[in-house]
Amino acid sequence: MSAARPPEGAKAPVGGSDPHTVGERGGSVSAARPPEGAKVPMGGSDPHPMGARGGSGSATVLEAFSVRAGLGEAPILQGLDLALAGGRWTSIVGPNGAGKSTLLKVLAGLLRAEGRVELLGRPLADWPRAERARTLSWLGQNEAAADDLTVYDVAMLGRLPHQPWMAPASAADHAAVEQALRATQAWDWRGRSLGALSGGERQRVLLARALAVQAQVLLMDEPLANLDPPHQADWLCLVRELVAAGKTVISVLHEISMALHADDLVVMQQGRILHHGACADPRAHRALEQVFQHRIAIHALAGQWVALPLP
Amino acid sequence: MNLRHASLLAWGLGLVSLGLVVLGFCIGSAGFENLLRPLLNPADDPVQTAMARQIVWDIRLPRTLGAWMAGALLGLAGAVAQGLFRNPLADPYLLGSASGASLGVALALAGLGGAGGMLGGNMMNGAVAVSMFSSSLWVRLGLTGAAFCGAVLAVILTLTLARGVQHTLRLLLAGVIVGVVLGATTSLVLLFSPDSLQAMQAFMLGSTGFVGWTAFGLMATVWALCLAAAWVLARVLDGLSLGEATAHSLGLPLAPLRAALVAVLALATGTAVAQTGLIAFVGLAAPHLVRAVVKVPHGRLMGLASLMGAVLLASADLLARGLIAPQELPVGVLTAVLGGGYLLWLMHRRTSGLAAGGVL
Repeated sequence: MSAARPPEGAKAPVGGSDPHTVGERGGSVSAARPPEGAKVPMGGSDPHPMGARGGSGSATVLEAFSVRAGLGEAPILQGLDLALAGGRWTSIVGPNGAGKSTLLKVLAGLLRAEGRVELLGRPLADWPRAERARTLSWLGQNEAAADDLTVYDVAMLGRLPHQPWMAPASAADHAAVEQALRATQAWDWRGRSLGALSGGERQRVLLARALAVQAQVLLMDEPLANLDPPHQADWLCLVRELVAAGKTVISVLHEISMALHADDLVVMQQGRILHHGACADPRAHRALEQVFQHRIAIHALAGQWVALPLP
Repeated sequence: MNLRHASLLAWGLGLVSLGLVVLGFCIGSAGFENLLRPLLNPADDPVQTAMARQIVWDIRLPRTLGAWMAGALLGLAGAVAQGLFRNPLADPYLLGSASGASLGVALALAGLGGAGGMLGGNMMNGAVAVSMFSSSLWVRLGLTGAAFCGAVLAVILTLTLARGVQHTLRLLLAGVIVGVVLGATTSLVLLFSPDSLQAMQAFMLGSTGFVGWTAFGLMATVWALCLAAAWVLARVLDGLSLGEATAHSLGLPLAPLRAALVAVLALATGTAVAQTGLIAFVGLAAPHLVRAVVKVPHGRLMGLASLMGAVLLASADLLARGLIAPQELPVGVLTAVLGGGYLLWLMHRRTSGLAAGGVL
């Protein structure tokens, strides 16, 4: 358990600076930063530097220019621009079908789209494959079928971009895999095959695979799928650690309360970006409530922002 | 732990292979003792010795090794197909190579006209009858060539219809369509040249009966090539097993690698089919049998599946020769029965909730 929450004012400069006020329903949330340091039930790991957010690098890491993607006459992404700052955790949220996953795939270069995407100021298409793969790690949604591979082998696949073709795994590879598996508490079952694990356990192994890449930018599509609350909290800690280490994390999360733990929020609706800004910004909350048709209300509760469904 | 199991399995399969080759050496219509005596005492009766040598050296040995090698090709192709299509039910004939080879043979037989009738001996007659595989060398070469060309052309047709190898689903669909259309065309060809029906049947049932040293050498060369290529490409299959997006994100150039895998698949299958006809289930069952014993990455899986396929076909060949000796069963029928039984057992195990390695 990471205990004491740091004093409000000591935290990094995100969004507004008023003390938090609980918003009323109907979208009139006024204010404020959630006390983000605390109250996250952590599944028994070491203390994490939760306060150190928004830290150093805020230069743009990933940038999309008038990106348009989609099937035929119904485009999923309708020409959107987006600049994502480095060293921060950005959550992409929006209703079903808003184009969140599509956007993430386009940002990862997995989906062909009109427009341009730049990674570290260089068009994604110009990156040599291996170098891009070392810089940008991807965790997809519902993708695993590698039932016959052991947990260790799966995590080791994350080291592919670091290994010359046919070369055996180096000491650095083994170290990275062990670190990643320990970070997701999957180390103990490293010898088991993926098919023998439960959905949540499998998700943690896949997360370890994405971590083992040790990339500067991590894109995760629904990384919390199948995770129970303690492991969701662990994931939050992990992301905080990554961000504190200067990495950039971009995630698609359908659970708004989890998404609200991020530094920045990208609120999407029908293939467009409605709002992009700090999570604590009341405008972000209003945008959220708007895209969910005012069926949710955002409150500060027990030191966090939570989205409560309205009947 | 998995590694040790894998090498144990490899050693086990190797030993069984050795045993099968020795058995295959000994079993046959001419018996064993009848051959051993003249072979050991060549001075007694030179004519007998020459005949015994011919039976052992020119018929039994290449046939046994040929069955082993064809099985190895099919097992390897099966593992490649299942990894490439990420589908445990994928089978080496999936890209249309089987139907293409059949059509090639049917056309060749029809082209040979009346000769087909003479070629098509009685399969169950045991003796030198087995149609296309025997007879004159030229006819045999022609039919083998036709089968191989048919297989390769069918795969190319499938790839054209699927517009490349990017989309596995489209590839599967195209394979099915090509299979159906070529199958229908084959039936049509046979309808117009009923004489070749019997010879055709021998091909459809598969036979290892008349694999000679040339055929064995050819298969061995292709096998070595394909195995080396598969080993190099194994990591691609491992990456692909996490999904195409993840594989792509890991920096694998999927399009050329997939094309290489399809080439391995087509070459291995085409070669096996051309030499032994359509042998069912070996390619499908071999990877499953391996996975039921040990879970390994694709590099080892492909090697083990290849050994497993070899052992399967070599033992099926022995059974085919021995079950109703001195007559002979078509080996493809045996593999179909055994393979079908195995799949049924897998399904049963799956449904009764005991599935440890069940993959259906």
